[in-house]
Amino acid sequence: MFPYLTVIGVVPLVAAIVVAAAPRERTGTAKWVALLASLVSFVLTLVMAAQFRADGPRFQFVENHAWIPQFGVRYALGVDGISLVLIGLTVVLVPVAIAGAWRERGARVDGGDKGYFALVLTLETALVGAFAALDLFMFYVLFEVMLIPMYFLIGRYGGIRRQYAAVKFLLYSLAGGLLMLAAVIALAVSASEQGRQTFMFEALTKLHLGAGAERWMFLGFFVAFAVKASLFPFHTWLPDAVSESRPSSAILLVGAMDPAGAYGMIRYCLQLFPNAAHFFTPVVLVLAVIGVLYGALAAIGQKDVQRLLAYTSVSHFGLIVLGIFAMTSQAQVGATFYMVSAGLSMGALFLLAGVMTARRGSRLIDDFGGVYRVAPVLGGTFLVACLSGLALPGLATFTSEFLVLLGTFSRYPVAAGIATTGIILAAVYMLWMYQRTMTGPRTPAAERMRDLGRRERWAVAPLILLLIVLGVFPKPVLDAIAPAVKQTMTQLHVQDVNAEGK
Amino acid sequence: MSSGGVALAAPIHPAVASGAFSLTWLLVALPLASAAVLLFGGRRTDRWGHLLGCASVIASFVVGLAIFTALLGHDAGDRSIAQHIFTWALVGKFEVAWGFLVDPLSICFVLLITGVGGIIHVYSIGYMAHDPERRRFFAYLNLFVAAMLLLVLGDNYLMLYIGWEGVGLASYLLIGFWQHRNSAAVAAKKAFVVNRVGDLGLSVAVFLMFSTFGAVSFTGVFNGIDQASHGAVTAIGLLILLGACGKSAQVPLQSWLLDAMEGPTPVSALIHAATMVTAGVYVIVRSNPIFDAAPTAQLAVTVVGAVTLLFGAFIGCAKDDIKKSLAGSTMSQIGYMHLAAGLGPAGYAFAIAHLLGHGFFKASLFLGAGSVMHATDDQVNMRRFGALRRKMPITFWTFILAWAAIIGIPLLAGWWTKDRIVEAAFAHGPVAGWLLGGAAALGVIVTSFYMTRMIIMTFFGKERWEDDVHPHESPAVMTVPLILLSIGSVFGGWFLIGGQRLPSFLAPVVGPLKESRLPFSSIVLDIGLPVLVLLGILLAVAMYVRRPVPVVPPAGNVLVRAGRRDLYGDAFNEAVFMRPGQYLTRTLVYFDAHVVDGVVNGVAALVGGASSRWRRTETGFVRSYALSMLLGAAMVSILVLIVVVL
Repeated sequence: MFPYLTVIGVVPLVAAIVVAAAPRERTGTAKWVALLASLVSFVLTLVMAAQFRADGPRFQFVENHAWIPQFGVRYALGVDGISLVLIGLTVVLVPVAIAGAWRERGARVDGGDKGYFALVLTLETALVGAFAALDLFMFYVLFEVMLIPMYFLIGRYGGIRRQYAAVKFLLYSLAGGLLMLAAVIALAVSASEQGRQTFMFEALTKLHLGAGAERWMFLGFFVAFAVKASLFPFHTWLPDAVSESRPSSAILLVGAMDPAGAYGMIRYCLQLFPNAAHFFTPVVLVLAVIGVLYGALAAIGQKDVQRLLAYTSVSHFGLIVLGIFAMTSQAQVGATFYMVSAGLSMGALFLLAGVMTARRGSRLIDDFGGVYRVAPVLGGTFLVACLSGLALPGLATFTSEFLVLLGTFSRYPVAAGIATTGIILAAVYMLWMYQRTMTGPRTPAAERMRDLGRRERWAVAPLILLLIVLGVFPKPVLDAIAPAVKQTMTQLHVQDVNAEGK
Repeated sequence: MSSGGVALAAPIHPAVASGAFSLTWLLVALPLASAAVLLFGGRRTDRWGHLLGCASVIASFVVGLAIFTALLGHDAGDRSIAQHIFTWALVGKFEVAWGFLVDPLSICFVLLITGVGGIIHVYSIGYMAHDPERRRFFAYLNLFVAAMLLLVLGDNYLMLYIGWEGVGLASYLLIGFWQHRNSAAVAAKKAFVVNRVGDLGLSVAVFLMFSTFGAVSFTGVFNGIDQASHGAVTAIGLLILLGACGKSAQVPLQSWLLDAMEGPTPVSALIHAATMVTAGVYVIVRSNPIFDAAPTAQLAVTVVGAVTLLFGAFIGCAKDDIKKSLAGSTMSQIGYMHLAAGLGPAGYAFAIAHLLGHGFFKASLFLGAGSVMHATDDQVNMRRFGALRRKMPITFWTFILAWAAIIGIPLLAGWWTKDRIVEAAFAHGPVAGWLLGGAAALGVIVTSFYMTRMIIMTFFGKERWEDDVHPHESPAVMTVPLILLSIGSVFGGWFLIGGQRLPSFLAPVVGPLKESRLPFSSIVLDIGLPVLVLLGILLAVAMYVRRPVPVVPPAGNVLVRAGRRDLYGDAFNEAVFMRPGQYLTRTLVYFDAHVVDGVVNGVAALVGGASSRWRRTETGFVRSYALSMLLGAAMVSILVLIVVVL
């Protein structure tokens, strides 16, 4: 069988090497190579997704080869519905980010722009690999490797305080990563004690762990994933990292990399350590609900467009984690779908905010006003993006938010009820930002604002289109996710709350 | 659980759509497609955009008529036809489809929305003729019509909710249509945010339905009520009421409607008078099996209705802005509808009858006000009108007919519908009946007063407009719609209530009309209510005809000042929600930067302080520090691996 996953992951890496090695005067060509490579991965993913059978075996397109036989490490790839849609999200966002960065001028760039594109492609390889890995060791390596391109994307191409932001990002992630490493090792030790020297995910789910050991390992994984998913109170690196990033880096950071944290929770925390997951659920739910409201309230108080968006992401990921730990099929399917829809929504928001701030030369909300009159297409698409940010019904974000809250409510009505007040706050931060930037009388600042150009329209159009299509007809994606969630719930020994029982 | 009232409606099993009913989806699709063409077509569609906008709604009306005719051809018991388009989501037990339900209740709304909507579309051609963005205006109006039709046609609460938020979006876009005015942009945002509070109620209601009934479709929910706990059903009813309060601008979520008058006047007529703001009444009447099983929730509905009908009428008396006075009146009239809906089977049909009649006469009043504004350079201050009856005779006469309809002059629409509500309220038990009926009767006299005041200040008395204003009658494209709406204002009530047409038509959905038993002879009301109307008129005449209307508003007493400030609704919201909210967000931003982040930075500083001692001789660049961290981490990882392997 054609090794789809390997090819989807390797094509960007090869292109990254080509782009990085290209001579500086060929930067124009290098950009096209980068875009083409990301589109090749996208098309291949489409072809693969078309062959994915929701009723088939759990993991499909499996590739399984020995890698480091001494430790039982294998090169094992495969996707279930959850990882499939997240790979889909990644391969959509990368071309958009590349198109968005096409003409951005980085501050004090050494080595020209092509380095930026090489880093983006490297990141794509790590992301695809992490989502597809079936071997825990391989997952861990790729999960950590992501940090390297992202560190340079922030620290080399960002704003004035980029180095502070990049270091903070790195320290947080490394701290989390080391905890996870300790847990990975402990798990491997347990496995070999039980006579199976392996890192294969499915084998590890069958281990018998002592209650205490299981809880410590859970925590090791959980903190690493919570940092990456910017769950309260592990979130403070995100606003700095996002506000100092270029918009395209922010798209990948928030849209594709944060979901890797949430993905880690649903795949590894819940399934490797089901008993510990039940034990810690109350704590996690509290943190998640705090995160929903905390992120939303903090967003309302922001003055900087990108910082505001970063805090909305904290709020969204609070909901995602809530959905994962609510442990009902609606909530978990909704949470997985939320990773996709929030990625699309944040992608559109950062892209358009990036266009605005590049034109204006400022990220402060107060420096805008009356833009709609001058640039109606920009205003209109930005409005759609803002509406997706507040989860307007008919858009994909609503589908996911609704499923998360509905599913959570059936098991934890109080937590869901409190989290639902977030929909009011979301309307406040999104529409307030829209009002202050786009409406009102023309300001001198808006006067020079050009409307969206052709390249920018092409970059944002797929995101808007997907947000609408998946809002109106989400069923195919939900159907792909559902069997994987069902498997997760079996692993956890939970069932949906029986409606007749009440 | 099951209380006495539940057995009224038999379990509902709609038939599958065929024949004319298979066109149901077109009702929504036509205006939606038109909106899409106008929005994505851009400037290319400027020349004919308004024509397409009107045509799509009129086409929808024609389809609606065809379906209505087909529905009349069925037996009364078989007038419930469902059309399933495709499944939206199926996760575990949660299944929702894009599905439409045609029944007597929804078809009434379809005809109102597309009929009055079509008339208002045509009117807008004239009203918006000089606006460079007229095409976009029609796109938003079309979007509204599509969303509103989805709201009333959806066969489950999720479709209803999608339509519900869709009309909220259209309302947001249209209130803020002139978004270059800050006041319009702020009003639009306010409307959306206040509505979201109501949406919170409706969405939690849907969550609760799913955990109680395992379904969110009308059939699934209504057929399961008998087995559900009383507490759950009551909670669902109260949550639905919260949603209704937001959308229908009922106390305590009323504050947005007065600001919503920032939108162009046809919008005020269509969305903020005739259709969208009545969605709250729709959802309560549609959920009649829930409310019939939850007397507490019903009581709450009647209280909200009674309070709002007085609240809005009071504001209507105090405003000098003709549109805001009408907005107060709208709140008040919708309060009547809620009151009726809360009365249960004795009031559902009258709630809908008043809603339909109101759709005609209030739209007529708003479009009349728009015609006056068109003639006076967008003046809205009634103190700057006066004596316009000679300058604009058609507007004047249509306005008079709508006035007569709303205050309840015998034989006109309001007399048929509103007086029945007052009667049903009085008949609602010993204590509640007197309180609710008393409020409703008091509302009659206040309505008569503020509407007469409006007529006098606008059309009678001395000319008070400014020198450069030259009032003139509006063109036919605006006056013909006014005339059409007047016909509804005059004959609508007789058509719906005379001969019990509407109550028996709606009976399959809401149960047969329960006869009211008044605690006194019905002649008291038959004579008393017209007398109250007359008293209101005389009071207004005494205050505004015998003394000339001053151009500068007099200071007024405490009550007038309270009314001018919307009975301090905004002041309350500001003091209780906005300012504490601002403090909260500011505190939280500080907390995040200095406490949560501070702890982390403190730890980092400890580590960093230690490391800086080591690298005093180095460059001191943070970047090298980070790189060393990266290398360090890599080394630690390798070390750990080696340890494991050994």
